Amino acid sequence: MTTPEIAMVSTGDTTHRTTLLSIRNVAKHFGKNAVLREISLEVAEGEFLTILGESGSGKTTLLRIIAGFETASAGEVWMGKERLDRLPPYRRRVNTVFQHYALFPHLTVEQNVAYGLRVAKKPEAEIGARVLEALEKVKMSAHAKSKPSKISGGQQQRIALARALVNRPQLLLLDEPLSALDANLRRQMQVELKSLQREVGISFIFVTHDQEEAMVMSDRIALLRSGELEQIATPREIYGRPATAYAAQFIGHTNLLKGEVRTGRMRSGPLIWPVALPDGPALFSLRPENIRLAAADPAASGSVRVHGKVRHQAFHGATELIRVECGEGLVLVARTAGGRGMLDEVELEFLPADAVPVRESPERI
Amino acid sequence: MFSRTYKAAVTLPPLVWVAAFLLTPYALMFCYSFWSVSATQSVVQTWNFDNYRQLFRVEVYWQTLLRSMWIAARVTIFSLLLGYPLAYFLSFYAGKKKDLLYQLVIIPLWVSYLVRAYAWKTILGSDGVLNTSLQYVHLTKHPLEFLLYSPFAVVLTLTHIYTPFAFLPIYAALEHIPRNLVEASSDLGATPRQTFWKVIFPLSIPGVVAGATFAFVLSLGDFLAPLLLGGPSGIMISNIVVSLFGAAYNWPLGAAISFCMLLLVVSLLFLSERLEKKWSFS
Repeated sequence: MTTPEIAMVSTGDTTHRTTLLSIRNVAKHFGKNAVLREISLEVAEGEFLTILGESGSGKTTLLRIIAGFETASAGEVWMGKERLDRLPPYRRRVNTVFQHYALFPHLTVEQNVAYGLRVAKKPEAEIGARVLEALEKVKMSAHAKSKPSKISGGQQQRIALARALVNRPQLLLLDEPLSALDANLRRQMQVELKSLQREVGISFIFVTHDQEEAMVMSDRIALLRSGELEQIATPREIYGRPATAYAAQFIGHTNLLKGEVRTGRMRSGPLIWPVALPDGPALFSLRPENIRLAAADPAASGSVRVHGKVRHQAFHGATELIRVECGEGLVLVARTAGGRGMLDEVELEFLPADAVPVRESPERI
Repeated sequence: MFSRTYKAAVTLPPLVWVAAFLLTPYALMFCYSFWSVSATQSVVQTWNFDNYRQLFRVEVYWQTLLRSMWIAARVTIFSLLLGYPLAYFLSFYAGKKKDLLYQLVIIPLWVSYLVRAYAWKTILGSDGVLNTSLQYVHLTKHPLEFLLYSPFAVVLTLTHIYTPFAFLPIYAALEHIPRNLVEASSDLGATPRQTFWKVIFPLSIPGVVAGATFAFVLSLGDFLAPLLLGGPSGIMISNIVVSLFGAAYNWPLGAAISFCMLLLVVSLLFLSERLEKKWSFS
């Protein structure tokens, strides 16, 4: 397809792909209440983008603006050279998988899947073939004649997916599609959904509040907080280099080290390490797995060491999480290999490079 | 949760009430319908089918029954044509005014039936509001006679009275349609018109069936509107029943006609329940 403007988007791998959807300064107010403020982001062709956020972060509203069920108070949504936000939902070449599937109860599975093609008045022969293909893709051919109320939640989920994909949209929107499934089925569907997305090669915008789900499935994650984009990056980037304290805490566990930089040295409680930052207050994120129990001999050069008392020890199977009081009010959580028995006094160490400077995330109303 | 005694204490009084004042009269009526009236104007308990035969043989009876059904059918159609769009508008587009408008539909039900029927008499009569207005603006020279004392007046009045009964179940059915189905339809490329005919209307059919049943059954048995506004050409089957039980003093024939209507209504209710079940998905 032709796109007037060829923009580059960094994706999970090193390849660069063409921009499909472009959200420009989109804002949404309900009365005085700002739900979304100045959101800009781009989705590449074939990309799996997850919009991650807590409830009330505006993630569903953003998805509904793209689908056309809500109108933005400001900003624009473009798909290729088409301005999407001026079109009614039924003119947008975008399909949605709804949170509670929204299957038509009066139609059979087959009729549900055929719905989009029927309203588009495609020839019946083509409809039949495409519906069959879509049902096979989600392994639901056996249930073609069932009514939605007669099949399980996971099966309804697949039908909702088939019903959207059969229309061959350029972009598929998924609104917490797995939230109603139990944990096991959910993990299974995560894998299936991801491989299906690779297979069909359409862009997915996936909304979820589950950070693990986001990490497993996405090419990139857009982290939303109180209607603002906190960070948009690949799962590895966002985990390894969180931009803000909120991002660091929301995705995985972390230690937030607050302190003061003076002449190239960061000081936080009893910890001091060299940094390349200007003087002033600073905040660092240090993942528990980057903190080790120090070896007896001080071999590792450049590592920061601290002595402390273990206050809590939680067994997680392969690893253990220990909370260590290091004095001056500093408590560090470290992930260590299990099987050392109960610990008391420990010597911890980490590399200065593993402490990532993050911006403060001020409280927003 | 509740003890047996408690359940019995709660359910017994209404059961007794229904048995005493509903089932017994029906049983009596059923018996009467097989009896006859002697030359001396007294009811004799000789069991026979004469009353039922008469109902189908005497022209005025079955013709009036057919006319009543035709009037009820028209009332049903007009009530649905008025009630459905109203319910649809209220449910989907009224927004914050929804509750107020809903009340406005309900309020006429608080006004006595008689008052509303009389109101139409004042409007439709030859010296009525409508005729005088038409003459005043010189649209007509003489009062339009067909307005009052005609099947037209009966259909108009009954439609006015029973439209809320058609509206209510339709509105309830529309309110029960999950809005994400409407969104899903639109998302799949259906225009608003397609969404209405392919999703909203099919899912509202149980409400339409219930509303139609209300309108038809209630107007079929009506006798006040035809009495006040129907004139000789607009009388309905209930008026005949009333006169048979009253002035004509032929209770057995009245009972036979009543029983036929009861049978008709019960089978209609049965049919409508089947239809509602067939079209409900929850």
